[in-house]
Amino acid sequence: MKNLTALKQPLLVSAWFMFLTFPLMVIRVNTIENVVEWRWRNMIWVGTASFLLTFLWRYLSDRREAARKEAERTEDHEQTLGRFLAGRPEVGRYLSVGAMILALIFPFVFSTYQTNIMATALMYAVLGLGLNIVVGQAGLLNLGYVAFYAAGAYSYALLNHHFGIGFWTALPVGAVVGALFGILLGFPVLRLRGDYLAIVTLGFGEITRLVLENWNDFSFGPSGISNIPRPGFFGIALDIRGATIYLYFLVLLLCLATVFIVNRLQNSRIGRAWIAIREDETASQAMGIDGTKTKLTAFALGAFWAGMVGVIFAAKTTFINPASFTFLESAMILSIVVLGGIGSIPGIITAALFLILVPEYLRAFSNYRMLIFGSVMVLMMLFRPQGIVAGARRTYTFRRRKSGPELERG
Amino acid sequence: MSMEPVLQVRGLTMTFGGLRALDNVDLHVEREEIVALVGPNGAGKTTFFNCITGIYPPASGDIFLAPPGGKRRRINGLKMHTVTEHGMARTFQNIHIFPAMTVLENVMVGRHCRTSSGLLGAVLRGAGTLREEEGIVNKSYEILETVGLDASVNELAINLPYGAQRRLEIARAVATDPFLLLLDEPAAGMNPQETKELEGLIRQIRNGKKISILLIEHDMKLVMSISDRLCVMDYGEKIAEGTPAEIRGNPIVIEAYLGEDPDA
Ligand SMILES: Nc1ncnc2c1ncn2[C@@H]1O[C@H](COP(=O)(O)OP(=O)(O)OP(=O)(O)O)[C@@H](O)[C@H]1O
Ligand SMILES: [Mg+2]
Repeated sequence: MKNLTALKQPLLVSAWFMFLTFPLMVIRVNTIENVVEWRWRNMIWVGTASFLLTFLWRYLSDRREAARKEAERTEDHEQTLGRFLAGRPEVGRYLSVGAMILALIFPFVFSTYQTNIMATALMYAVLGLGLNIVVGQAGLLNLGYVAFYAAGAYSYALLNHHFGIGFWTALPVGAVVGALFGILLGFPVLRLRGDYLAIVTLGFGEITRLVLENWNDFSFGPSGISNIPRPGFFGIALDIRGATIYLYFLVLLLCLATVFIVNRLQNSRIGRAWIAIREDETASQAMGIDGTKTKLTAFALGAFWAGMVGVIFAAKTTFINPASFTFLESAMILSIVVLGGIGSIPGIITAALFLILVPEYLRAFSNYRMLIFGSVMVLMMLFRPQGIVAGARRTYTFRRRKSGPELERG
Repeated sequence: MSMEPVLQVRGLTMTFGGLRALDNVDLHVEREEIVALVGPNGAGKTTFFNCITGIYPPASGDIFLAPPGGKRRRINGLKMHTVTEHGMARTFQNIHIFPAMTVLENVMVGRHCRTSSGLLGAVLRGAGTLREEEGIVNKSYEILETVGLDASVNELAINLPYGAQRRLEIARAVATDPFLLLLDEPAAGMNPQETKELEGLIRQIRNGKKISILLIEHDMKLVMSISDRLCVMDYGEKIAEGTPAEIRGNPIVIEAYLGEDPDA
C-alpha cells in the first residue's frame, strides 16, 4: 500500500508531462508530403524519463530528510569534507602537492588544444576566487562581475591598439581600471542590500556590454578588436604551442598567487570584517566596523582580479568583442562560487575545472549544455547547498600558562 | 578632577511618523555606575539605545560621551561604528551574533576598531601584523574566559545555547574596549541560575574592567539588586528616577506597570 502511494505521484507527473509535450514531441506535420506524423515512441520516452526522474527525486529527498532526522536525534555533528580536511592537514597537503605536479606536467603531456582549455579553466578559477571575495566573504550579490572583466580586457586591447602598450604594462593597468570601475559602481550602490544590489549590478553589467556594443568610436562596436598581441617572452617569438604553454604557466602562476592571497585574507582582520558584514550588518557596525569602507574594499578587490584576468583573456584570445562579456559569463562565475562552496578555495577551483572542462569534453551534449547546467545547480541547491567543499572556519588551540592563556602556534 | 558623567543625554526626542517614541528624555550615567532603564513594553527603551548609538538620528536633543579623564564629545549624528570607536558598545535585544563564525572569531571582530592592519598587512603578514593578530586572539580568549565560554572557542556561534549566545554578545561588546556598555535585556530567555551568573558577570565587568553599564531589563529582581540607579520610562517619557529603594515605593511607577508588581 505504501509503495503504491510512492508510485502515484511519479505516475501523475509523467502523465502530465506526456500531455504537455504531446504537441511538440508527438505530432509532426511533414510539410513536404503534407501528412501528419504521429511519433508515439517519443511519448513513451518522455513518460518513462519523467517517471524515473520524479521517482529518483522523491527517493533522494526522502533519504535526505531521514538523514537529517537521524542527525538531529543523535546530535551527531555533520562530517563535511571541509571539516574532514581541516582535521587532517596532511591529506590536504598531499592533494595539493599532487594537483601541483599534475598542473606542472600537464602542458607537456597533453596537446596544445587541451592545454588551452586548461588555461581557460584556471582563468575561471581565478575569476571565481575573485568573485568569492565579494559574494562569498562580504555577502554582496554581484551579478555584473563581467563588467570588470570587460574593463580589464578592453583596457589592454585599446591601450595596445592606440599606444602600442604591451601586456606586462597593461596587466596592472587593467587590474586598476577594474578596481576603479568597482569603486565607481560601489559608491552609489553599496547601501543597497540583497536583491536590490543584485538587480543594480546586473543592470550595470548589461549597460557596460551595451555601451561597448554601440559606442563604435570608442570600442569598435560589435566587430571588436583583433590582433591583440600575446604576452612577450623576453623578446623571443614563440610558436603557437610555445605561446599556449607560456600562457598556461602564466595563468597557473596567477592562480597560485590568488590562492595565496585569498587564503591569507580569509583569516585576517579585514577578512573577518567581511564575513561579519555578511552575517549581520547591523551588529558588525555596532562592533566598530565601517560598513561602507569595508564593503567597498571587497567590491574593488574583486573587480581588481576581474580586471587582471580580463587582460589575460584579451591576450589569450588575441581578439575581443562585446559578445564575450554577456550576463552568461557573470552567471557562470557565480555558479563556480556557489557550486564550489562559498568561501572555500579548493571547492571553487574544483568547480571551475568541472564547469569548464566537462562541457568541453562532452561536446556531444553541447545542445543540452544549459539544461544539464541548470539541473546540476538545482540538484546542488537541494542536496548540497554548502557546495562541493564547505568552507571551514579556522580553529585555534590554547595552552594554559600561569601568566595567562597563550596561543599555540603551528 | 571633576567626575563628569560618561554619558549625558539631554532632551532626546524621536518620532516614528506620528508616534513620539522618545519625548524629551534626560539621562546620565556616572563613571563606573550601573544604571537600569526600565518600563513597560513599547516604552521606548530600545529606541533610546538605537538613538544614542547612531542607528536612528534623533529628532532633537544632545548626546555627550566623555571617556573617564578625557574630553567630552557630542556624538549626535555620528555613524554607529564611530560611536563604538568613541567607547560606547552595545548588545541587542534580539540576538545579533555572527552565526557562521566561531565563538572566538565573534569576539575577535570586536577588536576590529582597536586594531589597524589592512589588506597589505594581511597579505604580507609582517611582524607587526602577526603581533597584532596574536594580541587579538589572546585578548579575545581572555574575555571569553571572563564570560565562561572558553571551552567552546572553536564552536560555531549558532550552535551555542541561547543563554551562552547572550553572553557571547556581551563578550564581543567588551572586546571593543568600551568605557560604557549598553545591554538590552541581557537576561531575556535565561533561567534563574543563568540570570544569577549574569548578575555576577555584569558586576565583574564593572568592577574588574571599570566599565560603566546602562541596561534595559524586565527582570525586576535582577534590576533591583544590581543597579545603583533606575530610570523608569513610559510612553516615551522618563517618569521617574532614583535608587532601587526610592523606585520601589514610587506610586507613579506602580501605576505605569499597572498590575505588574515591581517586586515580582
Ligand atoms: N523602526 C520603527 N518604526 C516605527 N515604530 C517603531 C520603530 N521602532 C520602534 N517603534 C515603536 O516605538 C515604540 C517604542 O519601541 P521600543 O522598541 O523602543 O520599546 P521597548 O521599550 O524597547 O519595548 P520592549 O520592552 O518590548 O523591548 C513602540 O511603540 C514601537 O512600536
Ligand atoms: Mg526593547
